[in-house]
Amino acid sequence: MSDVLAITEHRRGELRDVSFELVTAGSDLVGETGGDLHLAVIGGDVDAFADELALDGVDTIHTVPEGDEFNHDVYVQAIAALYEELDPTYVLMGNTVNGLDYAPAVAEQLDIPLVTDAIGLQNDGNLVVTREMYASKVESTVEVDADHAAVTIRSAEWEPTEAAGEPAVEAFDFELDESRVRSRVTGFEEVGGGDVDISDADVLVSVGRGIEEEENLELVQNLADALGATLSSSRPIVDNGWLPKDRQVGQSGKVVTPKVYLAIGISGAVQHVAGMKGAETIIAVNTDPDAPIFDIADYGIVGDLFDVVPELIEQFE
Amino acid sequence: MKVLVTVKEVAEVEEDFQLDGLHVAEQYLEYDLNEWDEYAVEEAVQIAEENDDVEVVSVTIGPERSEETIRMALAKGVDRAIRVWDDALDDVDLLDVGAKARLLSAVVEEEDPDLVLTGVQANDDSFGATGVSLASAIDFEWAAVVNALDLDVDGGVANVRRELEGGVEELTEVDLPAVLTIQTGINEPRYASLRGIRQAQSKEIKPMALSDLGLDDAVVESDLVLTDVYEPETESDAVYFEGDAGEQAAELATVLREKGVGAQ
Repeated sequence: MSDVLAITEHRRGELRDVSFELVTAGSDLVGETGGDLHLAVIGGDVDAFADELALDGVDTIHTVPEGDEFNHDVYVQAIAALYEELDPTYVLMGNTVNGLDYAPAVAEQLDIPLVTDAIGLQNDGNLVVTREMYASKVESTVEVDADHAAVTIRSAEWEPTEAAGEPAVEAFDFELDESRVRSRVTGFEEVGGGDVDISDADVLVSVGRGIEEEENLELVQNLADALGATLSSSRPIVDNGWLPKDRQVGQSGKVVTPKVYLAIGISGAVQHVAGMKGAETIIAVNTDPDAPIFDIADYGIVGDLFDVVPELIEQFE
Repeated sequence: MKVLVTVKEVAEVEEDFQLDGLHVAEQYLEYDLNEWDEYAVEEAVQIAEENDDVEVVSVTIGPERSEETIRMALAKGVDRAIRVWDDALDDVDLLDVGAKARLLSAVVEEEDPDLVLTGVQANDDSFGATGVSLASAIDFEWAAVVNALDLDVDGGVANVRRELEGGVEELTEVDLPAVLTIQTGINEPRYASLRGIRQAQSKEIKPMALSDLGLDDAVVESDLVLTDVYEPETESDAVYFEGDAGEQAAELATVLREKGVGAQ
């Protein structure tokens, strides 16, 4: 019997999708081990969150009404206290930006091994975690040779649990050591503010690292103009300062759902795919036939964008 | 003030490659400075340029080969470097986060920095956890995925922006000393100048073995065992357009028109 404690996540009054995916991953795991699935919801309107988290497979929801928003110092203390009380075998967290901000500290303080960015979990006596390496070119399995472990799961790898259940809800009291809270969240800001909202566009021509030089962007802009499309990009283009931040599609950029998404010279890193996989039709042009973008593309051209794009422009002029 | 910046030489895998046991066969790997660390180095060097009396020290865990890569950081303005390696590390398939944090903690104890910068993650194993784990181990405050930093040295606070998902940034005040994990795009990493590259040749890269750090072999023992490495099955069911670029473009144009694209 191995219990699982899964830490839910919320932001600005809303539970994040990963919370519901954690329920699935957690209940799959306790399904194999015969233990209980505990959820923790820390901060914000914990009672309202607990109502939403009353899902199939959850045994107990622990509410910790400490603070309004995520603060890693509070999370680490609360989870350590819960861990001491519940003695779960596994602590599951989201491999999100906030997950990256508290999960390693939780594992370090509890002195348990940490495996991040899991895309698969199995338990055959020991926990076996599937994950990716080398920018998704290689997959690996990692066996955890320890009694306890902390794992973060990749967003959108597990289907969210939606079916209702009847878990117990218990308020968890712990004494927060204020002297150990040494960071303060002072606000949130939306990025961008440009005049184009790529999340509204029906057709996006999106450009990635394959464009090589800033001056080559004009070529892709010409294609977008010829197609009556909006120009967007993957992260490296924005990091280089070649396009403004509000043109970035991806986990940390905008989530887009156009009718047609034309990915030019984009390899399809998982963070990018997270932002565009909802497109109705995905078309990829890339020199690398093994680029992950082709795994989700409906149509593909394995070829050099500098050959294909001018020809395509010609087709529409 | 001293800024310690952790850097890592990462392996990049060529488009076509073969596996050799639990590793990608060596001939298909190219080594480079981890992309996130380039931004961390740049941020550290900018802090040194904007404030008086700042020393920037980089630390890496890596074999002798990695010195070539680490020199790039020195060429960009890092003052000196430390390279941690030991025979005990040679045989480790997967150096887990805890072990890295323990090694780096010993370096922090030795160097006593005011600020530690790391990249958000390394391109090869993508654990994304060393910085925050280190912070916890050395009892520094921290912030992960920082894409803007305004350091108030006198006030003892780092004002940071954290890049959350979905185009939202979080504004946070972090007490110093702190570990900040640096996101790409926070700055524009400079190219190493010829002068910088020349100067880097004479800068120190101090090798340190476990015993130099007061550690024994047990420190690299890991609870994680790499059990299998394989190429992921391709899930592609894409329709591919064949032929030369003109033919491919013509076929794609037909599909696009069917979907109403370009019809104005």
